[in-house]
Amino acid sequence: MIEFPLPSLGADMDEGRLLEWKVQPGEKVHRGQVIAVVDTAKAAVDVECWQEGEVFELLVEPGVKVPVGTPIATLLEAGETPATAQHRVKAAVAAPEPLASPVAPVMPLGSRPRISPAARKRAAELGIDAERLHGTGPHGVVTLDDVEGAGWPAAPVDRNAAMRQAIAAAMSRSKREIPHYYLAEALDLGPMLSWLQTYNAPLAPEARLLPAVLLFKAVALALREYPQLNGYWHDGSFQPASGVHLGVAVSLRQGGLVAPALHDVADKPVQALMDEFTDLVQRARSGSLRSSELSGAGLTVTLLGDQGTDSVFGVIYPPQVALVGFGRIVERPWVENGALCVRPVVNATLAADHRASDGHYGGRFLGEIRRLLLLPDQL
Amino acid sequence: MDEAAIRNEVLQALKSVAPEVEPERLRCDRPLREEVDLDSMDWLRFMASLHRRLGVSIPEEDYRRLDRIDVLVDYLRRRLA
Repeated sequence: MIEFPLPSLGADMDEGRLLEWKVQPGEKVHRGQVIAVVDTAKAAVDVECWQEGEVFELLVEPGVKVPVGTPIATLLEAGETPATAQHRVKAAVAAPEPLASPVAPVMPLGSRPRISPAARKRAAELGIDAERLHGTGPHGVVTLDDVEGAGWPAAPVDRNAAMRQAIAAAMSRSKREIPHYYLAEALDLGPMLSWLQTYNAPLAPEARLLPAVLLFKAVALALREYPQLNGYWHDGSFQPASGVHLGVAVSLRQGGLVAPALHDVADKPVQALMDEFTDLVQRARSGSLRSSELSGAGLTVTLLGDQGTDSVFGVIYPPQVALVGFGRIVERPWVENGALCVRPVVNATLAADHRASDGHYGGRFLGEIRRLLLLPDQL
Repeated sequence: MDEAAIRNEVLQALKSVAPEVEPERLRCDRPLREEVDLDSMDWLRFMASLHRRLGVSIPEEDYRRLDRIDVLVDYLRRRLA
């Protein structure tokens, strides 16, 4: 029997609330299938299965919050039957979250039920132990409002606060644990932008590329040559990532940011990357990311865009070991072959973990990005 | 298509990209990307939405001068004439 634990959906997540099951016991599931929706501090995430099997038991009720790593379901492997599999005990994971109000005094046995039927039903739906709630109704009866208040914090307000908390925790950890070093390099984007202009000119807006995807592609190709910047620092040593997956920092309209992963960036044509990037940004902003997108990135890229400033010196997203930043593209005086000219220029920066690499290595990595961007038709 | 209809389409397209926009509060003579926080992805989606609604494909070289709603409406009116 396979236990399916609540996956970590980023370094800033240590618990999640199960919102909805997308599968039922007895259903066959395949790798990549969305089996549940889980609410993290940042967004509701579609959690994907990474194994083949048949759903045996769902161990967590919708509405219940559990720590990362808690088994939330069990799957039967090929050849297993419900009769041969052992049932797990549900109680261990059904613990409700901390209650909004202090525990009410225990009523003597045999006293009137102190919860309204509607509240009891709602509490069951939310996975809350209503007996422990403080009732505000007549004679201390727990009402529907008490249950709602305890179970689901007012979402829009708390979502922002929770996102702030999540970012605070991850960034504090980063600055506490990671000895950052920083490098910066001004890059001539003249060749890249004129290539882009020619590429986009005959196309309808829907099919046009943004400079961002060419920058992603260049970073990904450079990472292939400089793998010590693509991975994680775990337990005192560097572990390379299993592919070139870039986290892309996406700011959200309501405030805050997420950094979902674009997968296999080095291997994909730029148009495919553009389609995926567009889709990823929209889903990040509408709060419908998948679990595989919230983990697995080996390096994060942050782009300030044309409303931003010239440079960004980023904070590494742990356990990653490097972050690449691009500022706003601006026209600047530029010297080439002894002559002064005007060029569109971007400041590329690298924040890297000094435990995993040194400045010399990081500098050569930025140099590789510079070289690649001068040859845009090879991206 | 008259100017009011074009303006309405522009505002609807904008709202599809930036749902928090309140058209009645928008100052159409101010720089659009300061009035509404639009990054380059938002802007591209805005252009794509206008293309779908009005059939006008705005080339990249025109982006820079279309920095106010009023200017954009006028530009689209001339392209549609």
